[in-house]
Amino acid sequence: MGGEVKNAIRCEKISKVFGNVIANEKIDLELNYGEILALLGENGSGKTTLMNMISGIYHPDEGTIYVNGEPVSIQSPLDAQKLGIGMIHQHFKLVNIFSAMENIELGTPGKKLPPKELRARVTALCEKYGLETDPLKPVHDMSVSEKQTVEILKILYRGANILILDEPTAVLTPQETEKLFEILRHMRAAGCAIIIITHKLNEVLSISDRVTILRKGRSFGTVKTAEVDVSKLTELMVGRAVNLEIERPATDRSEEVLKVVDLCVERSDGSTALEDVSFHVNRGEILGVAGIAGSGQKELCESIAGLITPKKGAILYKKENMAGKTPREIIELGISMSFVPEDRLGMGLVAGMGMTDNMLLKTYTRGKGAFVDRAPAKKMAETLVDKFGIVTAGIEMPVRMMSGGNVQKVLLGREIESSPDLLITAYPVRGLDINSSYLVYDLLNEQKKKGVAVLYIGEDLDVLLQLCDRIAVLCHGRLTGVVDADKVTKEQIGLMMTGENWEEVREYGG
Amino acid sequence: MISLDFILKFIVAAVAAGTPLLFGTVGEILSEKVGHLNLGVEGMMSIGALTGFMAGYGSHNLAVSMIAAFAGGMVSALIYAVLTIGFMANQNVIGLTLTIFGVGFANFVGVYMVGKTSSNTWQLSADLISQMKSIHIPLLSDIPVIGKLIFSYDPFTYTGIIIALICGWYLFKTKAGLNTQAIGENPAAADAASIQVTKWKFINIVLGGGICGIGGAYCSMIINGGVWISDCVGGLGWISVALVIFAAWRPQTAILGSFIFGALRVLKYYMPSVIPIAFFNMLPFIITAAVLLIASIRGTKGSHIPENLGFNYFREDR
Repeated sequence: MGGEVKNAIRCEKISKVFGNVIANEKIDLELNYGEILALLGENGSGKTTLMNMISGIYHPDEGTIYVNGEPVSIQSPLDAQKLGIGMIHQHFKLVNIFSAMENIELGTPGKKLPPKELRARVTALCEKYGLETDPLKPVHDMSVSEKQTVEILKILYRGANILILDEPTAVLTPQETEKLFEILRHMRAAGCAIIIITHKLNEVLSISDRVTILRKGRSFGTVKTAEVDVSKLTELMVGRAVNLEIERPATDRSEEVLKVVDLCVERSDGSTALEDVSFHVNRGEILGVAGIAGSGQKELCESIAGLITPKKGAILYKKENMAGKTPREIIELGISMSFVPEDRLGMGLVAGMGMTDNMLLKTYTRGKGAFVDRAPAKKMAETLVDKFGIVTAGIEMPVRMMSGGNVQKVLLGREIESSPDLLITAYPVRGLDINSSYLVYDLLNEQKKKGVAVLYIGEDLDVLLQLCDRIAVLCHGRLTGVVDADKVTKEQIGLMMTGENWEEVREYGG
Repeated sequence: MISLDFILKFIVAAVAAGTPLLFGTVGEILSEKVGHLNLGVEGMMSIGALTGFMAGYGSHNLAVSMIAAFAGGMVSALIYAVLTIGFMANQNVIGLTLTIFGVGFANFVGVYMVGKTSSNTWQLSADLISQMKSIHIPLLSDIPVIGKLIFSYDPFTYTGIIIALICGWYLFKTKAGLNTQAIGENPAAADAASIQVTKWKFINIVLGGGICGIGGAYCSMIINGGVWISDCVGGLGWISVALVIFAAWRPQTAILGSFIFGALRVLKYYMPSVIPIAFFNMLPFIITAAVLLIASIRGTKGSHIPENLGFNYFREDR
């Protein structure tokens, strides 16, 4: 590029309306070749809508998009591809049974290449941009970061030099994130223009050259990354100063609430999900569970909640073994345990039902006879709306119409209202913006102060380190260590997530 | 005791009996490869049986019959495609409805046509029947064993094998086939890779229906010796749906699978008469049920079932 700044994308007064919701209002955005632009904004601020317009999934109602200085009309993903624009979606769009190179070739024009030639092309591309992949490996055998590499290659293979990444680091370990950033820097040096959407502010600071902030569907200015810090970015994003400290109150932790001993769980296909996992949670304590997605977190939660029967081992709740009991039996034992599953709308709530009916799911057996008494559930729903500031058009509106943050509040609120002694939550802030996330952390801390034992399955290590008292790290169903949160670094947890034991890691870098 | 001649006869009969299954199976594979489970095979075959028979009755030409059967199958598959792709209707419901409609429609027209004839039988001309006879290639067909085994079938059987081989090549060796498979596995991924999902779904489902239609024509024109009989497809469409699983969604394997099931269908003529005929009539369906049972016990692991089979795709769904 040689010092000269070349314009890749310029958006001028872009507006997009869905029904009566204004998703984007007169947004301006500029992206140059050879730079990484971070797009920052809370949930619902219109980031994804804007990116979908650039990649041809939606069409703007007003405004013009310029690519390489020319005004263009992008009608479909194919048009975007022809203009050299490629988007990596938050959820990977790969065909599981195909190999890496088949996925890369998919949808490209022309005849099917002989495997040898295709392989050579993919390898050449990898070398050019410093990527690593096994072209013949089927996608279903790949780790998350390998899949992401394939996504990037897919776009590069189509000759794209403008890349959009939608929350690419959400599912990566710190080491994998650093590797991805290395690749992105490599691509920047090769002259690509890159837009990255992320919620993690320290990542914005480490990777981007400039930051464009969106708030409530409007662009709120662009700043040079070098001139801002985390608190300044938050302020720009939320509109006011936010205390980013997550408190960790000291509590009475004398009593053991949950003890898991040598827990072994098999998946339905016969593979091992958990192997000899042992740990305990005391009252007034938040135990975090870290690990790459699919390391056995789901099976751990579900076996404690009584949804799956462990193959071996004991789950002791206040010294009583619960392994192999059904959820109903667990409740009848007088054990109050609240389970907030990771799949909020799949397992936690019935998407098509309103708040009232969702409240009833947990309490309907308390009614007498064959009839259901809806009055208490309705009252509870109204209480939750007031208490947690849930935004909804009405408590009878199907919960799937609510935004992610509000759904999470409904679910968490329902579980907390049953005043549990043990609260299990899996990824409670997934997809939530900074405000809602902090509300969830506050709620959890409140429970902790009440003496509830909390098991917190999380993905953001910064949060785990601040919120939790101790952190258990899972890797391929094995526990690589349970450590005090204030005696461990993010890097050490990252290493444990990839299979190294705490003993080895402690030596490595204290 | 069992002579070579006896075995040869059995194999030749098995292949002939498996031919309609081959068409049904290959057609259904095309549809399932784009993620659409079409339970209307029986109906599409019935409509193909009708249009093929009608065209044959009018034109006395086998090629015209086959083309008409293909077109009939395509039109009936088009109904299914419009409803499930365009209107996002439930695939199972539409498929079942198509079966009920197709069988009923063919019977309805058939009965009407039978009433129109003076002899009360709706029959193909002797000229056309001679065209449908097993081929006889001088020299080749006379080679002992081999000649009988390879060069002694009717034109439908060869057409079916050729179509199966072409479909196999299309699905596994061409770019269009790769795209087709991607749609059945993960339509969102295909869409993101700028494959025209809707277009390719239509193409595959409609072509698949056409192929099923030819299988129907075999039922109406050959099995009953050129005389129209109601319910001529008689459940072969259902066996075809199960055969797709047996063939692991591969047209080449479908050739083998359909001939094995063809053997089951003709077994009754080659077995000692101690066992009641009804048992043999039931046999293909029992095996079909067993295949489905085994497939579901094995689960998705190791099977080649398209990941998105049975689900409609709507881009803006979450």
